[in-house]
Amino acid sequence: MMVLAQVPLGGAPTIGLVAILFSAALTDNILLTRFLGMCSFLAVSRQIKAALGLGLAVTFVTTCTTFLNAVLYRHVLAPLGLGLSLKLILFIIVIAAFVQLLEMVVERVSLGLYYALGIFLPLITVNCAILGAALFMVNLQYNVVQALIYGFGAGAGWMLAIVLMAGIRERLKKSQIPPALEGPGIALIITGIMALAFVGFSGMVQQ
Amino acid sequence: MAAPAAKANARLQLFNQLWTDNAVFRQVLGICSALAVTNRMVNTLLMCGGLVWSTVMTNITVSALRRYMPQRVRMMITVLVIACYVIVVDIAIRAFFPDIHRVIGPYVGLIITNCIIMGRAEAFAIKNPVVPSLFDGLGAGLGYSAVLMAIALVREGLGFGTVFGVALPAREAWWSSWTIMVMPPGAFFVLALVVWWARGYAMAREAAPADAKKAKGAPA
Repeated sequence: MMVLAQVPLGGAPTIGLVAILFSAALTDNILLTRFLGMCSFLAVSRQIKAALGLGLAVTFVTTCTTFLNAVLYRHVLAPLGLGLSLKLILFIIVIAAFVQLLEMVVERVSLGLYYALGIFLPLITVNCAILGAALFMVNLQYNVVQALIYGFGAGAGWMLAIVLMAGIRERLKKSQIPPALEGPGIALIITGIMALAFVGFSGMVQQ
Repeated sequence: MAAPAAKANARLQLFNQLWTDNAVFRQVLGICSALAVTNRMVNTLLMCGGLVWSTVMTNITVSALRRYMPQRVRMMITVLVIACYVIVVDIAIRAFFPDIHRVIGPYVGLIITNCIIMGRAEAFAIKNPVVPSLFDGLGAGLGYSAVLMAIALVREGLGFGTVFGVALPAREAWWSSWTIMVMPPGAFFVLALVVWWARGYAMAREAAPADAKKAKGAPA
């Protein structure tokens, strides 16, 4: 049973939207149970403010790109029979193009926001949580509306995890840690404990 | 004169990537998939094969194209090159190991965003000839694979009491299911221990007199 929880479950097209939201954010947390977006999670979780900024940016981009990818996959690639071979290239291009576009728009509209988010935007293109959300969306056979909700839930779950982590790490500065364990080592152990807590959510949402 | 130098360089590069600059230990890169696929050794082996293939081929391709790639779009080209090789891996695993593909499928696609491949292409292949790039990619891929297999050995051994799906000898006598090891938290704990050990080892080495380092730096 526990092992099955890691296996992406096959099609459940009739699952409710609220259930999708909660399972994406909590029981199937993209960071703590799917291990995606770890690189920027470890690098940017030292301060709550930075973590919140990156979390918001990731949530926004994941929501939008998962939706866009679902539309293009369902209505262009799949009918043409190209889903198998081209979906990776399509997803990558959509994400890279969307982030680039977002950067340009934000720069024009609000310079303050641009400077606040500016450093995070390039990081997002290589955040595997975003590509991962698109791939899991295909695997779970969600339709376009379900994909939108799933993308939002996955992004929000990632933000929740990184903000919690940053809060813990701010406190951790005051404690004594073996030198070799400082940085990524202790961060991974804390992440493990957080993942243990999130395992407690499983069973809350009936798949 | 040039040929042996290139050969030594290639071997050094292989070793550097395999151990000294191991991406998982030293830089904590590319760990997303390290954690996700390591609860069964067979899955891990397939994933590692895919990663080694993608890293080597991307390095070769980027290195061969390095004079023809415009500076501004080189990241985009590199991503597309990686994507092509990963699609080959994805289709191959789907064809030959459909059961495993059902479990690790999305993670195979995620090889594209594995920082190690992009990192080696950007840091090495873009400014070096093809042969050293090949060895650089091979070293990086194998170094990553070695760490993954070690983690998988611990997780599968303790979690299922098996190695490559084969039951350990006399496991009824001593083994009791340590479920946490096959669940996500187990992955974080084992990786944390690996990073801890590797960093401690490196720190002890650096604290020792730097003579050994000097001797290694001078090629024979």
